[in-house]
Amino acid sequence: MDTLLHFKNIKKSFSGNVVLDGVDFKIQPGQIVALAGENGAGKSTLMNILFGMNVIAETGGYEGEIIFEGKSVKVQSPLDAMELGIGMVHQEFMLLPGFTVARNIKLNRENLIPSLISRITPKSYQMLDNPQIIKEAAGALGRLGMEINPEVTVDKLPVGHMQFVEIAREIDKSNLKLLVLDEPTAVLTESEAERFLKCIRKVADAGIAVIFISHRLDEVIQLADSVVILRDGQMVFDEKTENTDKHQIAELMVGRKLEAESLMNVNRSFEEDIILEIKHLRVNMPGERSRDVSLKVRRGEILGIGGLAGHGKTSISNGIFGMYPARGSVHYKGRPLSFGKIGEALNQGMAFVSEDRKGVGLLLNESIALNMVYTDMKVNRRFLKKYGFFSQFDKKSAREVVEQMIQELDIRCTGPDQIVGRLSGGNQQKVCMARALITKPELLFVSEPTRGIDIGAKQLLLNYLVKINKEQGITIVVTSSELNELRTICDRIAIIGSGVVQGILAPDAPNVDFALLMSGEKGGNT
Amino acid sequence: MMVLLKNLGKSFGFPRLIILAFLGLLILMMFVLHIPVPLTLSQCLVRIGINLVLALAMVPGIMAGTGMNFALPLGIECGLLAGMISLQYNMKGIGGIFAAMAISIPFSILAGWAYSQLVNRVKGSEMMVSTYIGFSMVALMCIGWLVLPFSNASIVWPIGDGLRTTITLEEWYDRALNQLFAFRIFGVDIPVGLILVIGGFCLIVWLFMRSHLGLMMKAAGANPNFARSNGVKVDSMRTIATILSTVLGGIGIIIYAQGFGFYQLYNAPLMMAFPAIAAVLIGGATPSRISIFHVILGTIMFQSMLAIATPVANSLIPEGNLSEVVRTIVSNGIILYALSRMQGGKRS
Ligand SMILES: Nc1ncnc2c1ncn2[C@@H]1O[C@H](COP(=O)(O)OP(=O)(O)OP(=O)(O)O)[C@@H](O)[C@H]1O
Ligand SMILES: [Mg+2]
Repeated sequence: MDTLLHFKNIKKSFSGNVVLDGVDFKIQPGQIVALAGENGAGKSTLMNILFGMNVIAETGGYEGEIIFEGKSVKVQSPLDAMELGIGMVHQEFMLLPGFTVARNIKLNRENLIPSLISRITPKSYQMLDNPQIIKEAAGALGRLGMEINPEVTVDKLPVGHMQFVEIAREIDKSNLKLLVLDEPTAVLTESEAERFLKCIRKVADAGIAVIFISHRLDEVIQLADSVVILRDGQMVFDEKTENTDKHQIAELMVGRKLEAESLMNVNRSFEEDIILEIKHLRVNMPGERSRDVSLKVRRGEILGIGGLAGHGKTSISNGIFGMYPARGSVHYKGRPLSFGKIGEALNQGMAFVSEDRKGVGLLLNESIALNMVYTDMKVNRRFLKKYGFFSQFDKKSAREVVEQMIQELDIRCTGPDQIVGRLSGGNQQKVCMARALITKPELLFVSEPTRGIDIGAKQLLLNYLVKINKEQGITIVVTSSELNELRTICDRIAIIGSGVVQGILAPDAPNVDFALLMSGEKGGNT
Repeated sequence: MMVLLKNLGKSFGFPRLIILAFLGLLILMMFVLHIPVPLTLSQCLVRIGINLVLALAMVPGIMAGTGMNFALPLGIECGLLAGMISLQYNMKGIGGIFAAMAISIPFSILAGWAYSQLVNRVKGSEMMVSTYIGFSMVALMCIGWLVLPFSNASIVWPIGDGLRTTITLEEWYDRALNQLFAFRIFGVDIPVGLILVIGGFCLIVWLFMRSHLGLMMKAAGANPNFARSNGVKVDSMRTIATILSTVLGGIGIIIYAQGFGFYQLYNAPLMMAFPAIAAVLIGGATPSRISIFHVILGTIMFQSMLAIATPVANSLIPEGNLSEVVRTIVSNGIILYALSRMQGGKRS
């Protein structure tokens, strides 16, 4: 078969910092290539080069050659890439929040019907053929096996569904030859990811080549025809999937052996010392509504919250921290918490890592240092020099703590003053986590703590959570789409379905039990 | 060479390069046309000094995410009102200036607060709304100047009602700050008092930006959801920013008037937000990002350009008031250019 795409000796550096060095591999039509590598290995950068993203040209372009369908191409802009037949789903969402699902899918390719004026004027004055747009969008979603109403606006969707909308947008393009997916499954639960992988297989069977980036190695093995591994910008591996396995990939990625995952907190016993009691909580978070959640968190435990996207699991912490309107009652250490008030939970000694790192978790244009110490500075007034009425940010004292965090979480950066927006996705996630950890809360809520984090760093981060739980007695509530992750570190796992608690299971409960609760067999009209 | 130029343009900003080139050309012309250099330089210094605080008023709004404060005339009217009160009661000299500033503050706080209530209801189109607020306030105060009960014979019309359009400050505090500690070196007047005062205001704002409150404000502007999740009340931050900006506008006009030698009432404040905005934009600020450095650099570049352009234009084309035309074209052109670079609705 003819080679569709050939990356030929690609090199790229950001102001002297080499992030890609001699990357060279090929893709055939209909082939699925998995691109693996640690956080900051250069995966997204390589894809940005292929897709002609602005950042690349702005930072001095790249060296090497891209050969597409036998011709050397210089992709100057995403528009060029689309004309070549390259589609991309970025690591961060690129949807227009106020537009409907259908309009997002058909963006710039809207079906038009001639209007009165357009008979005498150029095409841009034609009218949108809305019914047709909705029909075709629904068709594209249908091919993915998704039932999403094409007429709702995108900001009302759960994050998991946004991902499907992005894919639908790409596969709806008739000239698509190569589809690039940068961590598409990071926001999906296992069952959703499963369905997603099936879709991708179908896409590939239709002759479309796929480049697939994921930190979930099971998926990589299951889906990809071949695997390319980057480490610190160098290509260290390019092989057929059948000649390798998960462990080899993991080791090649991180450059060291990884411990096997084990359930860390089975059968710990706790006194009935309730630190947080949630009663009949109802949170109006678009796309993730919870209807009636009652939960007790015991002091010292790690409680997991799982469930499918769109069923309300993430709304619980968001409601408690006042991000969305909520009703019901929450008692913290026996006293009622006025959770509707912004900052109240923080002032009481809780901390929160949002699942939406770009939208909520970070100040993208500020330094790593400011991002990390922000909450502690705001809530506990640390890292400030005080002069009577006036206070000044104390960079020096912040620096120490920040450098320590950078080391402990293995954040790949040029130093505490680097702008967060210029970090790789996984490293941004670590900064978000660090911000909450620095506050040394009594009760820590983390949503999707390892989203976009490579397996090596994931182990590190999960171990870190367990460590602070054991050593500092921090109670932790983890919300995650990844059941395995929850089982690794939690004492108990609550499954949320249709906006209510379907049940609470021990981490070593059989898979079927989890599956049953998630599918919401229990119904749940409480 | 081309690459170098391109990179330079990128890091320094294209409009800034153009302005710099234009400034260079003007300085060259100044020598060619034998325009007295020390005199022009002295004028540059004064212009920079008296305009700086007005430009500084852009800082809080941009920090808190309300964008350029086109409603600067609101603060200016408060400053003018305070100025009139200081004249009415014959407050003279440096003391008079500081008294006027002090009097302006409560007015500015009140007006800024009222205006902020509106700003918090029109998120996303603050700049458009603020332009109209600025204009309406000027119109309203045109009536105000006629009906307010000022009685000092030196500031009201000899016949009829109301305050005069232009009030010379000779009797009170004409150039008092400029002349404080001033000295002359190589024929250039250095207005030390003025520099000290504006330096003080720059320092205060700079310190504020790095304070607890300042950092809260910055987060509210940069990412409201981030701010909320950290317990920052975004609307309060916007309110405080609007008030601060108004207060700085009020103080700014008093410094401006004393250095200029006149209070100008009625329609004079109408367009006064524009040179301030143009200056910070030239300095490299965007509607979402600003530093004290941007303010100072921008004011220096913009005001020296105007200060030099006036004599140059006058000696090139003696008849007519070309410099005024140049000023209007340049300042509005800059604003238009910078605003057009904002990505549709999103602040880059
Ligand atoms: N705009 C930028 N300016 C400077 N450095 C950058 C920029 N974008 C990325 N980098 C650096 O390039 C390196 C590679 O980043 P990249 O985003 O390609 O990593 P990645 O492999 O996609 O990682 P992840 O799995 O975390 O998404 C990182 O060290 C990052 O700090
Ligand atoms: Mg990436």
